[in-house]
Amino acid sequence: MITIAIGISILLLLVVLFQLFRIGTLASIFRGSSQKAVGTTKTSNKVNSTLLLLFLLIGGAAFAWSFVSAWDDMNQPLASVHGEWTDDLFWTTMIVIGIVFVITQILLFWYSYKYQHEDNKRAYYYPHNNKLEIVWTMIPAVVMALLVFAGWQTWTKITSAAPADAVVVEVMGKQFNWMVRYPGPDGKLGVTKTSLIDATNEFGIDFSDPNSHDDIVNPLEIHVPKGRPVLFKIRSRDVIHSVFLPHFRQKMDAVPGMPTKFWFVPTKTTYEMQSETGNPEFKYELACTEICGRGHFAMRYVVVVDEPEDYEAWLEKQQAFATQNPDYVAKFQAAAQQPVTENAAVAAE
Amino acid sequence: MSSTDIAIHQTDMHHGHDEHEHHHEQNFIEKYIFSQDHKVIAKQYLFAGIIWAFIGGFLSILFRLQLGWPEATFTFLEPILGKWVLNGKLDPEFYLALVTMHGTIMVFFVLTAGLSGTFSNFLIPLQIGARDMASGFMNMLSFWIFFIASVLMFISLFIETGPAAGGWTVYPPLSALPQAIQGSAAGMTLWLISMALFIVSQLLGGVNYITTVINLRTRGMSMTKLPLTIWSFTLTAVLGLLAFPVLLSAALLLIFDRSFGTSFFLSDIYIAGEALSNTGGSAILFQHLFWFLGHPEVYIVILPAFGLVSEVIATNARKPIFGYRAMIGSMLGIAVLSFVVWAHHMFVTGMNPFLGSVFMFLTLIIAVPSAVKVFNWIATLWRGNIRFTVAMLFAIGFVSLFISGGLTGIILGNSALDIQLHDTYFVVAHFHLVMGAAAFFGMFCGVYHWFPKMFGRMMDEKLGFVHFWLTFIAVYLVFMPMHYVGIAGFPRRYYNWTGFEAFNIFTDLNTFISIAAILGFLAQFIFLFNFIYSIFKGRRATENPWHSNTLEWTTPINPGHGNWPGEIPAVYRWPYDYSKPGAEEDFIPQHIPFSQTQSSNLPQERVLE
Repeated sequence: MITIAIGISILLLLVVLFQLFRIGTLASIFRGSSQKAVGTTKTSNKVNSTLLLLFLLIGGAAFAWSFVSAWDDMNQPLASVHGEWTDDLFWTTMIVIGIVFVITQILLFWYSYKYQHEDNKRAYYYPHNNKLEIVWTMIPAVVMALLVFAGWQTWTKITSAAPADAVVVEVMGKQFNWMVRYPGPDGKLGVTKTSLIDATNEFGIDFSDPNSHDDIVNPLEIHVPKGRPVLFKIRSRDVIHSVFLPHFRQKMDAVPGMPTKFWFVPTKTTYEMQSETGNPEFKYELACTEICGRGHFAMRYVVVVDEPEDYEAWLEKQQAFATQNPDYVAKFQAAAQQPVTENAAVAAE
Repeated sequence: MSSTDIAIHQTDMHHGHDEHEHHHEQNFIEKYIFSQDHKVIAKQYLFAGIIWAFIGGFLSILFRLQLGWPEATFTFLEPILGKWVLNGKLDPEFYLALVTMHGTIMVFFVLTAGLSGTFSNFLIPLQIGARDMASGFMNMLSFWIFFIASVLMFISLFIETGPAAGGWTVYPPLSALPQAIQGSAAGMTLWLISMALFIVSQLLGGVNYITTVINLRTRGMSMTKLPLTIWSFTLTAVLGLLAFPVLLSAALLLIFDRSFGTSFFLSDIYIAGEALSNTGGSAILFQHLFWFLGHPEVYIVILPAFGLVSEVIATNARKPIFGYRAMIGSMLGIAVLSFVVWAHHMFVTGMNPFLGSVFMFLTLIIAVPSAVKVFNWIATLWRGNIRFTVAMLFAIGFVSLFISGGLTGIILGNSALDIQLHDTYFVVAHFHLVMGAAAFFGMFCGVYHWFPKMFGRMMDEKLGFVHFWLTFIAVYLVFMPMHYVGIAGFPRRYYNWTGFEAFNIFTDLNTFISIAAILGFLAQFIFLFNFIYSIFKGRRATENPWHSNTLEWTTPINPGHGNWPGEIPAVYRWPYDYSKPGAEEDFIPQHIPFSQTQSSNLPQERVLE
């Protein structure tokens, strides 16, 4: 019953609107405004040009207000060394484009208002001005050159090779969670093979490789030490994912068949960040930013930044996969006794 | 001055070969369905584009409901969506299918086919003074192949496993493996076949546009007397012709990987409990192939809008377009550069960082010709005598949106900044403003301006104003706040963000965006009503309602097949002689010889009298 009532009232509303439209059309014919050349009627020009000006003023004010009020939310807490460079560069560039934005929008709307049609006016015949055009080609060219240079310098530093003493963490994407592996005390990750993956050995670690024996797999959280370079070795075992650490301003795709990496230096421990943001629940998070299927929006892992000594203590407590699953690893070693050469070849890769 | 560079014949000569007004009677099917008349084909593209735009828009409203009210239950959608709504919750894979199809439909079926298809077809013969396209038959094939592509894509919306759902960029392995997502089953097959046909249709159209512009210009219509619309359509067609075949090759390789066991894009995959035998392929290769089309594609979408807007601004500001040659030059520059910037979509794929720097450099260069275009549009408004027709409002809106969206491209093109912003809502806001909304505004601008030529009637102005203002405000309300969400790092294509503490903010803002999007979508029904009503009941148009200079306004109000009943007018001047000092009226159409305008001729034009 209510649906029918709503339906009828919407219908009536549409009928009313249609009749209003008809009345408006007829009225404009009686007023004779339909006889004038299109776009030269005084009222509609006045109304539209004024609205354009109002749009500039009210829209501009609303934009400024909303920007300021969203400021705290849009700036995610920052906790990496290179993040400061990119944040600085971002806001510098924003100021540059902001200036251009304000000037061009003001001119666009102001000219539209100012030069609205008048019956006895003629537009100024002004087809070109080479000097002016060269000037306003050169200015953006120079500004772009500066921005390219700044961007290139920052980019080169960020993507340079990781220091040799970096803490290595392997992150592997799969539908729909992240798998994490630490190389253990020897600092070397064991070899993996897609064909070895099963429900227990989700990385497909080849345990005939001695480097794998101390590998730590899937800790509850990723722990990294503050102030030391951290190298993420990234890969995927099914579709493309992307490792995104918003607070560290870091992102890199996880591609099946093509390992990738990034490195960064965390600058604040989780604890420090909790007191700084006043949020005792604060956690660094890892999210997926490449569409990967049904669970794309839920691929979360928590990253904890510790003081270096806390990190070492945490690492001590972690048990290697081989220690936790001795039976599983034993099978490998039995099998590995025979085809030694093959495994050696893989390890050499 | 562009109107002085070729010798003009002073006497009116007769064209020998254009006396073929005599046509046999066409039946309904020949005239309106399998028509070879470029004007009818243009309208067919326009209707198809409008239908697709409403479908694409509706899909976006569905996912905006989810994003705006993540906790709500949508049982009222069950009658339309069936099993995709379970207990009032949208299926997450269906959500991905929605964003995928929204992107595919809008980019390809609306803003490529609907925009180029409509206006290149309609305006090229009319504005260069030709009776029709070089090959009317190919032109007809182009539309009907597009139609088949449309039907297949439409069918894919209704199959049981759903349409393609791996994002409109269909990156493998997600798009290659039905185990990874349902949409990669039959939906993706239909997507690939439909897109392959779509590409064929684009190529047939593109060859035709280029050939027509090169060969069929009327007497006197040198390349430097072409309206900017024609320049933009030609360059668009060239881009399409060079870029679309690469997408076709990518699609073919993907079809092989999906159906014939090859490993072009697949390697080292363990999925659904088994390791696949594919090895040696590169998932990144697909991205290179895709974006080699994908980036020129955004210019295929925006260049025609450049042309339409330039023409409308000059006409309604009653001023010559400022820097005609710079406008052509900047379009050429953009067209060339658009082929060497594709990898800026791939800064964080693990591509060699050195390549990243090269692509950053090339990408930021594009800002220069784009800036020149904006400055020239604004300079055209300066000291004009502006008539606010609906088309003009949309043109001004276009420039405003193009500035707002274009500027953030400078940030995203910078690889160092792209690390944080890649695949966030900042990108979504950027490209929706600069190539989504802006291209739509270009399209509306074109529809309102050339409607009288298409249908012999005017669209209602007042409804047009209401449509413009609601749309313009809604677009800004939707996409400006999206930048904030993006700066905070919200990833795109997320079903919801509540699982993350970092992204569990801005709930109100997302609701706000959704409300604005719904209002903006509803406003389009005003356009739809105006459009359909005016076709039948609109005020009758005069021959040249906007007092415009270009040739299409010299045809009869309802031009028949062949466009001009008598001979095709010759062209003597460039299309932008508006408000020339000394002239009687504030416009001098292109077909008026200099001998008739002695009072307004410039010193260098005296020799042409």
